[in-house]
Amino acid sequence: MENKKPNFFQSLILENPVFVLYLGICSILGVSTSLDNAIGMSIIVFVVLLFSNIIVSLLRKITPNEIRIPVYIVIIATLVSVAEMFIKAYAPSLYTSMGAFISLVVVNCIILGRAEACASKNNVWVSIKDACVMGAGYAVAILSISVLRQFFTTGGLSFSNPLNMAKIFEFTLIPEEFTIALFGKPVGAFITFGILAAVFAAYKNSHDQKVAAALKKAKEAK
Amino acid sequence: MGELLTLFLSTVLIDNIILSHFLGMCPFMGVSKNRSSALGMGFAVLFVIVGASIFTFGLYHLVLVNFGLEYLELITFILVIACFVQFTELFLKKFSPALYKSLGIFLPLITTNCAVLYVALDNITNNYSFVETLVNSVGVSVGFMLVLYIFSTIRERLDVSKPLKSFVGNPLALITAGLMALAFSGLAGLI
Repeated sequence: MENKKPNFFQSLILENPVFVLYLGICSILGVSTSLDNAIGMSIIVFVVLLFSNIIVSLLRKITPNEIRIPVYIVIIATLVSVAEMFIKAYAPSLYTSMGAFISLVVVNCIILGRAEACASKNNVWVSIKDACVMGAGYAVAILSISVLRQFFTTGGLSFSNPLNMAKIFEFTLIPEEFTIALFGKPVGAFITFGILAAVFAAYKNSHDQKVAAALKKAKEAK
Repeated sequence: MGELLTLFLSTVLIDNIILSHFLGMCPFMGVSKNRSSALGMGFAVLFVIVGASIFTFGLYHLVLVNFGLEYLELITFILVIACFVQFTELFLKKFSPALYKSLGIFLPLITTNCAVLYVALDNITNNYSFVETLVNSVGVSVGFMLVLYIFSTIRERLDVSKPLKSFVGNPLALITAGLMALAFSGLAGLI
């Protein structure tokens, strides 16, 4: 217990933007129906988050404090528009299957939240690191939910290249008559998310207890 | 008239913005802890959604289409919404300081409420006429308010129950929302 700062993997769980802070859950619930969509979404969020953090951090000294939120929103909206055009051009199937959720990345609370909480106060390098941790945390959340949901609805997993729709891997474990279609519906999204959030909370609780116990021990030793 | 009624009922009950589109989750989790702030939030969202829909509808059809600037819709819409939220905030601060306080950070966050942007974009993609736009945006906000209010009454009851420690708070609320979505999906046979 020498280093108090949690390492990368611990911070993925302890500071997970989705399961711990409950940010950006709209897109998580909406797009987690299949692994393809989830991977596409996590890449979009990661790229937009990275660039918005970099730009906001570069502009932090010349942005007037009173209008900072509109400034951030315009930066994010521009980045999302660009990303949307790229996807429409290069991965049209992904564009149709994700629907309105690509445009709705603009209002993903994680991106605006990190711009406000981190990038507006720190230099570019810190903001890039922060974007990596938060983007990875988002990816962990959406991938774990979509894997569970796809597995229970279709009985297996499959993933295809979004650029040309070629299947990269596919397998089925559960025969079709035993699959649970409910997991593909909104109900399944809420319940899967709720249970995973409880698992993350359980880990966090035990971690907090360990840290508290170690602190107590250190105090007694003194 | 019948079509408009169908549109209204289906946006309120069947295609409910929270339970079947998963939009507006942040205030849904954040402001649902007591009934009065849930209702206040519902009305604030109603005002912003309807106002923003009218403005974006006009802006899109009168300005953006005329100048061939459709690709700017995202940026212009979000700016309109941000202005509207700012306006609502000033209005509430002046006329209902108590509600303003109880909504706290979630009031400026209506800007990033996906429901508002979704309705504005949805009206355009579905090529709704002006009347349909109005009905759709009122329907979505009434649906939002309805679910938020029901959910807040359930959460007030949940507060006095004793679940497993890891389920306390949001995880249990999410599972409750799941069960509500199940109940609402039963209404799909209505139309």
